[in-house]
Amino acid sequence: MKHYDMKLITIVTESVLEHFLEEDLDRLGAHGYTIMDARGKGDNGMREDFWSNQGNIRIEIVCDEKTAETISEYLYQNYYSDYAMMLYISDVSVLRDKKF
Amino acid sequence: MTLDPVVLFFILGLVAGLMRAEMRLPSAIYEFLSVILLLAIGLKGGIELSKQPFFNLLPDIGMVLIMGFVLPLLAFPILYYLGRFKKADAASIAGHYGSVSVGTYAVAAAYLGDFNISYEAHMPLFLVVLEIPAIIVAIVLVRGISKKTKWAQLSHEIFLGKSIVLLLGGLLIGWLAGEESIQSISGLFFDPFKGVLALFLLEMGLIAASQVSSLKRYGVFLLSFGILFPIISALIGISFALMLGLSIGGAVMLATLAASASYIAVPAAMRIALPESNPTLSLTASLGVTFPFNILFGVPIYHQIAKQLY
Repeated sequence: MKHYDMKLITIVTESVLEHFLEEDLDRLGAHGYTIMDARGKGDNGMREDFWSNQGNIRIEIVCDEKTAETISEYLYQNYYSDYAMMLYISDVSVLRDKKF
Repeated sequence: MTLDPVVLFFILGLVAGLMRAEMRLPSAIYEFLSVILLLAIGLKGGIELSKQPFFNLLPDIGMVLIMGFVLPLLAFPILYYLGRFKKADAASIAGHYGSVSVGTYAVAAAYLGDFNISYEAHMPLFLVVLEIPAIIVAIVLVRGISKKTKWAQLSHEIFLGKSIVLLLGGLLIGWLAGEESIQSISGLFFDPFKGVLALFLLEMGLIAASQVSSLKRYGVFLLSFGILFPIISALIGISFALMLGLSIGGAVMLATLAASASYIAVPAAMRIALPESNPTLSLTASLGVTFPFNILFGVPIYHQIAKQLY
């Protein structure tokens, strides 16, 4: 079966940004994304989920390389300085390239 | 005087947390408990409001609003000049301390209930009113009236936050339904109020205990501020109560409202409006110091102060 090369962006950040990021991602050309609650340890210490707005989330987006570049550039410019956020991009293969 | 069981639940949570016991309430349960508390407080206020004309309360609400602006404006210079915090941090902490904590309010209500002291029934309205001004003050202190602030998104966050929607919703339902028909749901909202509060405080104790490590890091100033500023705020609250001609129960409630610090609505608003401020500082002070202080000592102290002044 034929596979298509795509990029997977994974973002781990503060839950409080969820709605802002949803808007950003729609606007920047992501056709879909998956959001999960997350917890762990990083530069900003333990992030615990006392309330739904104070924990961490993890967002996954599969998109083409150009969109991945646009999204990571935008998030870096707008959120990295003030928010706990990290982002990494990996290569993935998908079965239906039209979907993304 | 024997300790109220709800306070003992808080102490249990605190001790268990400090000893790192394996215990946390699932967050969905915690959310559910807070929903019940918020609605119960709202409903109770709404029932009482249905018995009196709302317009008579407008001057009182105006005065309480003024108090909501005064408190953060007083806290800010203390934090900025004395505490030498960065401007955004000082403003954010001031915002937390100008706003209110529903958990603390519920404990004060339970405390007065134990002594059979009544208080003005429209107090939940003050609770709603006091959530907001401090957030505005904090933002304006740092940004001025800047166009860069995302006011539209921010007001969505502030006015449609869980606590305001549920408190106002409860008030409205209580007001529309009236005392008699609310009886049909009192089995969920009023009868188990203290049991729900006890579980809620158990979890709050665990959360407060988890703040200890960051408290060690930020030290003495934050600790003293977290205890002394609420006492000053409580005095201001009692002064406003005297000006408004509230009963002594009302004075204790208003003092508690003034003395309490937000840990849900304001942190979320500050992350959006002042992201450069350090959320750990304000949460440590509000959750790790002021909330326990108010629950364990503050409310009875404010009661004693009110007794002296009344």
